[in-house]
Amino acid sequence: MRALTWHGKHDVRVDTVDDPEILNPRDAIIKITSTAICGSDLHLYDGYIPTMQAGDILGHEFMGEVVETGAKSSLKKGQRVVVPFTIACGSCYHCGKHQYSACDNGNPADNQDIGQEMYGQPMSGLFGYSHLTGGYAGGQAEYVRVPFSDVGPIIVPDGLDDDEVLFLSDILPTGWQAAENADIEPGDTVAVWGCGPVGLFAVQSAFLMGAHRVIAIDHFPHRLDLAKKFGAETINFEESKTYEALMEMTGGIGPDAVIDAVGLEAHGFFVDNVVDQIKASLFLGTDRTHSIRQAIHACRKGGRVSMPAVYGGFVDKFPLGAFMEKGLTLKTGQTSVQHYMPALLNAILEGKIDTTFLISHRMSLEDAPKGYKMFHDNQNDVTKIVLKPGLAAAI
Amino acid sequence: MSMTMATDEAPPATSKLKDERTSAIAALTQPKGDDLIGRSVTINRPREELFAYWRDFSNLPTFMDNVERIDVLSDTKSHWVVKAPAGKTVEWDAIITEEKPGALIAWTSAEGADVPNSGRIEFVDAAERGTIVRATIAYDPPVGVVGKVIAKLFQREPAIQARRDLRRFKQLMETGEVATAAWTQKQRDEENA
Ligand SMILES: NC(=O)c1ccc[n+]([C@@H]2O[C@H](COP(=O)([O-])OP(=O)(O)OC[C@H]3O[C@@H](n4cnc5c(N)ncnc54)[C@H](O)[C@@H]3O)[C@@H](O)[C@H]2O)c1
Ligand SMILES: [Zn+2]
Ligand SMILES: [Zn+2]
Repeated sequence: MRALTWHGKHDVRVDTVDDPEILNPRDAIIKITSTAICGSDLHLYDGYIPTMQAGDILGHEFMGEVVETGAKSSLKKGQRVVVPFTIACGSCYHCGKHQYSACDNGNPADNQDIGQEMYGQPMSGLFGYSHLTGGYAGGQAEYVRVPFSDVGPIIVPDGLDDDEVLFLSDILPTGWQAAENADIEPGDTVAVWGCGPVGLFAVQSAFLMGAHRVIAIDHFPHRLDLAKKFGAETINFEESKTYEALMEMTGGIGPDAVIDAVGLEAHGFFVDNVVDQIKASLFLGTDRTHSIRQAIHACRKGGRVSMPAVYGGFVDKFPLGAFMEKGLTLKTGQTSVQHYMPALLNAILEGKIDTTFLISHRMSLEDAPKGYKMFHDNQNDVTKIVLKPGLAAAI
Repeated sequence: MSMTMATDEAPPATSKLKDERTSAIAALTQPKGDDLIGRSVTINRPREELFAYWRDFSNLPTFMDNVERIDVLSDTKSHWVVKAPAGKTVEWDAIITEEKPGALIAWTSAEGADVPNSGRIEFVDAAERGTIVRATIAYDPPVGVVGKVIAKLFQREPAIQARRDLRRFKQLMETGEVATAAWTQKQRDEENA
């Protein structure tokens, strides 16, 4: 089959590799019909995530048709499914508590050592996201092997397009979980750093959860316009100082809850950010963290910090003092996608959440390397690229 | 490190340069070289069920990566065939020395084993979390032989092997299968070789 493979920093290629096979009883093989490039994939593209190996197949946002099933899969050939990016067994203690992204068993035993050493406990398994999280082949390919297919994939009802449901695999539940982690109370003002897919879904979710005002922060005019469409007020951090603007907009109080939907690659023209960039490229124990610092600084006393954004290592100049003195709480984590999928599918069916607005580009799998470069270089216009293995290459 | 940066500015652990990457990862997972290994894991299944599976020693190769085969010779005696480098095997007989149904199994290699060894596995109730499984494996190598040499004999450092075997036991008991990231049978066979 054809698959998008990682070969190093800014080097991804479409290669011909072996077709996946059923290896365990609960497996299924899915023929991919749509698969998206994620902001998290750019962290891999930029070489920030350790334990990648040349030839790794990327992609953790995908859906398609069931073409083969193991003896204990509950899926049937021909069904259309969306697959969660988190690989969870459904039967360990954490899965029992619906903490699917903390599943004990998704990550192969040999791969758990790295996470155990780095973080104290092994990470769960994720598709197409380094060997730290399992080393599973991802879905930016023609086919993918899906373990625990009786727990993860959700069956798509007839009449829904791929584009309407694809984002159930990651970014819609991630935006939703981000808003849930902000413990929004009626009347709240919620500030969201980053108007990428995660931030934009967090904006929609925050309103659905009763936020009175949502303030979205970015520097891409087009992305800020999308946030406005959902009713958010906006701050362009190139035009105004984020902290000052937030204080002005909230009458000196600060937002009740803040959501960092930026992560590792926070853009900015701040001295600490430049230092972070240099250190990050030398792997000197720092993530680039301007957005989380700013969010904590601006958050009101006793407020809540939600951090869907991905960080990998240690952080310099984390404002622990502000955090303590203001009595903040922080919730974060990889998304427990399986937990949110059914309710969010219903929300889509009922027209409460719009997903298709996000897709700016559809292209063939063969054009994926071009797609990565475009997404990386032009985030204003490129909001989301969906790869369709069925489409012919544009050449 | 700075020399590497000249050709590849990615962090070492993601580097295109294979050696750089391998050593960065190895540094994180370095074996500690013990010859007495104790490990605990909590498994979300009842104690009796876990005990019963373990008590049938012919099941152990389903999760013990380096054990090729165990023949059960009698109620207390078994013959172990363990993988060694270059397609070779190491073999010994083991005898169960202590048993408390549902709670404990201890065994030791019989007289004359190349690498005398013993093991002990305990099963303790952990209320709503299932069962705590505690394994102790001891190697008693000839004088002067240290863990590293045992590792050579067995392909892998025993401490790492034990830790990973227990995780596989947990996976098998909780999910009915051992997780693999391979996507073809050929890849999985290579991993298990
Ligand atoms: N927790 C999870 O399970 C999970 C799942 C998916 C994605 N993520 C993470 O969420 C984050 C966002 O993902 P995405 O796909 O929306 O990414 P994205 O790269 O498309 O969007 C990030 C946005 O942040 C903006 N930005 C950069 N610096 C900023 C700053 N200082 N202040 C305000 N905005 C700034 C950028 O302009 C961009 O529009 C990433 O870190 C991603 O890895 C987490
Ligand atoms: Zn994603
Ligand atoms: Zn689980």
